[in-house]
Amino acid sequence: MSFISRGFRGKRRDTASSSRLPPGQYIVTDYPVLSAGPTPRIPLNEWTFVIEGEIDKPRSWNWEEFRKLPTEQVTKDIHCVTKWSKFDTGWTGVSMDKILEGVETAAEYTVQFSYGGYTTNLPLEDLTGGKAWVVYEFDGQPLHPEHGGPARMLVPHLYFWKSAKWIRGIRLVNEDEPGFWETNGYHNYGDPWREQRYWGD
Amino acid sequence: MVQETPRVASLVLEMPDWPGHLAGQHVDVRVTAEDGYQAERSYSIASSPEDSRLAITVERLDDGEVSPYLVGELRIGDKVELRGPIGGYFVWRPADERPLLLVGGGSGVVPLMAMIRHRVAINSKTPTRLLYSSRSQDDIIYRAELERLAARADGLTVAHTLTRMQPAGWDGYARRIDLAMLGEVAWPRHEMPLTFVCGPTPLVESVASLMVDMGYDPPSIKTERFGPTGG
Repeated sequence: MSFISRGFRGKRRDTASSSRLPPGQYIVTDYPVLSAGPTPRIPLNEWTFVIEGEIDKPRSWNWEEFRKLPTEQVTKDIHCVTKWSKFDTGWTGVSMDKILEGVETAAEYTVQFSYGGYTTNLPLEDLTGGKAWVVYEFDGQPLHPEHGGPARMLVPHLYFWKSAKWIRGIRLVNEDEPGFWETNGYHNYGDPWREQRYWGD
Repeated sequence: MVQETPRVASLVLEMPDWPGHLAGQHVDVRVTAEDGYQAERSYSIASSPEDSRLAITVERLDDGEVSPYLVGELRIGDKVELRGPIGGYFVWRPADERPLLLVGGGSGVVPLMAMIRHRVAINSKTPTRLLYSSRSQDDIIYRAELERLAARADGLTVAHTLTRMQPAGWDGYARRIDLAMLGEVAWPRHEMPLTFVCGPTPLVESVASLMVDMGYDPPSIKTERFGPTGG
């Protein structure tokens, strides 16, 4: 139950941006970095991206092959569970619909796994239908390693920890498997509009 | 309320139903204006789990929204709405017997201080080294307490570096943390240390990257970053 904080006024926002800002978030113009360990080093000639798990034959691409897939440019608002949101971020990459085209699977869940060991889980339906991309450019420039380069996931309708940096592949699974932050106190789904930050939200 | 430095204060809170926390966890603080407008920010817990009261340490950011209120407006007796403890990764559990290297920059020292206080409170003998980077001597948070704890000679050593201004006769480091400094302060690799790094992003990126260059196992290096946008 909230109470008035005597003397607090706060910085007000215009209403136009308020409607784009999920509860409890504030707007930043720079791009903060959040990760739990050292930034992995991934030479492009060793990079691969794979779809594996509940699929007849795993699919994989090396960097050269991946860059030949049809690209999309998208502009999205992103929301970090640490409460910053950044509007109108520009990305270039490959949509998950394209990557999963023709894949037949009974799996209903996915695990994104990354160079460096990070994992995060999502229902498969959150990666399809124009909701998710594997991106390798930010604002027209190659994605900086601190921000997940060479390539990261972009799943902007959920808190940004659901968009794995340094993506190495996606495993299709029948049972939901909570990932790194999901087993460390953070919400299993992470919808910013329902403020699903932590266990119990 | 403890004024730690000109820009930094610790808020000491009575928490009747506090469930306890692990050293390194944080809380979310929510403040509400009279018209219902709310803002939330995360702050690291500074106190040991054994302390009867909960302390958070807050740096006032000039263009911040919440920190100027917490550091400047809040008075003894005011209520604060907070949620937590939060986070299960950047935490030290005393059962882990690896030697500890704690590297902090500015107010990034706060969760590391919770670990140091926890270590003292339970009489742990875990060998622990703190390398702490501040702009000037006046900006060192917990300076007297760190000096006192290091003087106990129970396995805690504290090394300071002052990056912008050093007082006359300063015998600590006087530069940004670099390879040579980590080479002197860090535990040898074969002792398999556990490292926590917390501070502004450039410091954390640089220290974590240097540690990897030096051959430390990446999973043994836990980081927490904050930018100047922490509010």
